[in-house]
Amino acid sequence: MALGEDGEARGKVEFVRVSKAYDGAIAVHDVDLRIPAGCYCCLLGPSGCGKSTSLRMLAGHEIATSGDILLDDRNVTLLPPARRSTSMMFQSYALFPHLTVAENVAFALRMRGVGKAERLGRAREMLKLVDLSALSERRPAQLSGGQQQRVALARALITSPSVLLLDEPLSALDPFLRLRVRAELKRLQKALGISFVHVTHSQDEALALSDLVVLMNAGRIEQQGTAEDLFSRPRTAFVARFIGAHNVIDLGDRAVAVRTDRTAVLPASGVSRFADGDVGRMARPAVVRAVEYAGTGFAVHLVDEGGAELSALMSEGDFHRAAIGEGESVVASWAPADAHALEGGAI
Amino acid sequence: MTIRARWTSYWQATPLVVVLGIFFVLPLLVMLAVSFWTYTGYSIAPAFVTDNYRDAFDGCASQFPTLCTTFRTYASTLKFCVIVWALTLVIGFAIAYYLTFMIRSNTVRLMLALLCTIPFWTSNVIRMISWIPLLGRNGLVNQALVGAGFIHQPLDWLLYSDFSVILAFVHINTVFMIVPIANSMARIDRSLVEAAYDSGATGWQTLRHVIIPLAKSGIAIGSIFVITVVMGDFITIGLMGGQQIASAGKVIQTQISALQFPIAAANAIVLLAVVLMIIALLVRFIDIRKEL
Repeated sequence: MALGEDGEARGKVEFVRVSKAYDGAIAVHDVDLRIPAGCYCCLLGPSGCGKSTSLRMLAGHEIATSGDILLDDRNVTLLPPARRSTSMMFQSYALFPHLTVAENVAFALRMRGVGKAERLGRAREMLKLVDLSALSERRPAQLSGGQQQRVALARALITSPSVLLLDEPLSALDPFLRLRVRAELKRLQKALGISFVHVTHSQDEALALSDLVVLMNAGRIEQQGTAEDLFSRPRTAFVARFIGAHNVIDLGDRAVAVRTDRTAVLPASGVSRFADGDVGRMARPAVVRAVEYAGTGFAVHLVDEGGAELSALMSEGDFHRAAIGEGESVVASWAPADAHALEGGAI
Repeated sequence: MTIRARWTSYWQATPLVVVLGIFFVLPLLVMLAVSFWTYTGYSIAPAFVTDNYRDAFDGCASQFPTLCTTFRTYASTLKFCVIVWALTLVIGFAIAYYLTFMIRSNTVRLMLALLCTIPFWTSNVIRMISWIPLLGRNGLVNQALVGAGFIHQPLDWLLYSDFSVILAFVHINTVFMIVPIANSMARIDRSLVEAAYDSGATGWQTLRHVIIPLAKSGIAIGSIFVITVVMGDFITIGLMGGQQIASAGKVIQTQISALQFPIAAANAIVLLAVVLMIIALLVRFIDIRKEL
């Protein structure tokens, strides 16, 4: 397994005005999406936002109500899964409990009528790739969650797909394993030179992995771009809130997003300290609701006079200097340059 | 585990052991003992003779390769058993598959499952007598066929024939296949079916490589139900066969009504051995413990 024959990246995906309706309820609404070849793309969003449905339409397990889906410039909208050169890794891994690890991996080849010796040989090679050679004769029930996940990965990759579809692949793993597997997925995607489309509701995962983040909400794409784009230039209040580490501040005529680590908090009595060179800072009086130790600093949660919630991530030094306690009146402030204007207000 | 806790579990198992001991093991042992007794036309007496077993297989060795009565009877019973098993398996599997995979609503599934139990709403005998107005020479089916001009003479193989015996057996036993198979199918994770489809499996391939292997234990349990019922039956074969078809159960029943208990017991032991061998064969192929 390496890059395609000519070493070119594969797996260019296009959604052209794709919609999906179930009995009148619209799950995906007029989605336009372009995923370049060899791209790690995360579909991100809260439950019910249409990300899984989009993935399943790309996989061929759901058929789009309208619109077209193209894969490497081939219209695959109506093709069955096995003829799309996609491959899906299921959330629960969906390993066949009655088959050994090697037989699981070789399943797609068996369905194509590949002879036993050849398919098991290729399964073994694939298991070597995911470092599971020693366990090829075990049953899935005898494996740990992480091992099962790698079997599922090997099974999905044995058909050399152009696009690997991953439905919440890390959700069943413990946090430590999650980080390790995350790195492994990214490495594998680069090595194979194919596209990975990864559905998740974890913004951490999406930011860490993605070349392209697609944030969905209520069946539409709210914003797409690099992880940095989304984080530093959230388009709407929804994006800023979902991606986290942002305050959405309603300024009456408009709304802005300010990163929590660029939001400063000072005791109300100490406002005069803004004098030294910080003229023009935006400020907002608030009351401290809670303080949490966040390891890299302190997260200070505030409620302003209008009842809106704000947070500030303060370094340990700043926090101790400011000497802030719960229930205290403070002033939250930010530099106008750090305020990023949001479309559509604070809702 | 403390010693006390270990004894607790034995106490908890005691009631069932007592019930099974009194109502199952003990009668079985009595039957085994009686099978070695002697009898005359008007009495039975405790003894330890193997005459009853020899009588049960009377002439089977000397007539071979021509089949003796006992072998013919068993062959006939086995024939019904195999045909009924195959039919109930195919029909039961299809219905279980439909209930499990094609019906999405739980309420509808439950209602349809209840429909499957309708044959049990009346007694076995009434149910079988009810076939007569339907299948008899002047029954509904014949009248309809003659009336529609498909046939000129009423069909006489509809009732009191192999056909009617098999029909009644299948009618009553299919549900014993449906329930365990549907139960094991319900445990199949839907994403496995999807994963098979994703791997390029056709519907038949998914059935053969995923669903049937995973429904195996249900199939085995259903098969045991059907095989034991059909092998031991004398009522259905008697009523639906017009008392003209021999069966292993019928032989025993005839001997009991002639008060020849020892030979009836010997035949019952033979029948039990045959059924146990069939089940042992089934269990060899399928690990039923997984299901329990």
